[in-house]
Amino acid sequence: MDFIIYVSDYIMPFIFFYIIGLGLLMKTPIYEEFIKGAKDGFKVVLDILPTLIGLMVGVGILRASGALDLLSKLLKPITDIFHFPSELLPVVLVKMFSSSAATGLLLDIFKEYGPDSYLGRLISIILSSTETIFYTMAVYFMAAGVKKSRYTLAGALVATLAGTIASVVITNLVF
Amino acid sequence: MLSYLWGLMIIIGIIVGVFNGNIADVGNAAISSSKEAVTLCISMLGIMAMWTGMMQVAKKCGLVASFTKALRPIIRFLFPDIPKGHPVNEYIASNMIANILGLGWAATPMGLMAMKELKGLNANSDIASCDMCTLLIVNISSLQLIPVNIIAYRSQYGSVNPSEILMAGIIATSISTLSGVIFSVTARKLVSRKKR
Repeated sequence: MDFIIYVSDYIMPFIFFYIIGLGLLMKTPIYEEFIKGAKDGFKVVLDILPTLIGLMVGVGILRASGALDLLSKLLKPITDIFHFPSELLPVVLVKMFSSSAATGLLLDIFKEYGPDSYLGRLISIILSSTETIFYTMAVYFMAAGVKKSRYTLAGALVATLAGTIASVVITNLVF
Repeated sequence: MLSYLWGLMIIIGIIVGVFNGNIADVGNAAISSSKEAVTLCISMLGIMAMWTGMMQVAKKCGLVASFTKALRPIIRFLFPDIPKGHPVNEYIASNMIANILGLGWAATPMGLMAMKELKGLNANSDIASCDMCTLLIVNISSLQLIPVNIIAYRSQYGSVNPSEILMAGIIATSISTLSGVIFSVTARKLVSRKKR
């Protein structure tokens, strides 16, 4: 399964080659446009900075106090049944409610175990294949003034579960 | 919701810290974590700006518009109840493309416009239509192909090859989206059969 890592190396360079090549062929002022777009990226990061500070402080406190270790010890008997690492369950559960809180926990995993460890790779893949459920539903349905969401939650849970199982299987196969 | 989650993190952390005798570490962790968030955002500034810059070039070249057009048959299949040529088709397409390209903040406004139009099509009922359920399920199943922020975090914490997870992530996210789509299509069929 080495080719999956091999292909990964090509994805970003290929996207850049395609976009820039097309831009040159179409005689687009690519550099001016790049600069314009890059400024938007600044705004995005500045918007997440306060949230990230708040949540990293929260997770930092949880980690330093020993509460996270306690939690994963408590969860271990349950997660062992499903062959899922108990350290990652809090991240997956929190991700359903808040993306930024899950980011705080993700960074804690990177710090504790390293991004290239089994846990680090697995959580990277899980978080790239799922979206926050309750937050997204609240925002979308509230904006439309819809009260009964019918089978949305069931479908969202099915998709999230499928993504998580797929991530575990792929991580075990590839890395 | 985040207020409770965040509040609980801090309160539980401090209580457990007192019982474990780690309270000095807790105070230090609060200070070092806040500094760390800023360092992280500085390296994220670079990666994120590079990505949004590239995407702006893609938009200018008409690449995004042609992807949106390519999405039309898929939207017809997923949302059979929407009349042809209705503006909501455009909103849904833009929402999906922005999600696929990792421009989540650009996706939400388009998704909200789509929801409002869908409500109009649903006689302003406060019960979700099948189209609304599908839109939400597909959105939550995560369409994003390149998780730019995760790559940024991986590189900040010393990954040797931050993008090595890309293909595995694409496979996993395709499986979650496919499951969401299968669920939505099946649920729609079951619901409409019950009506008849």
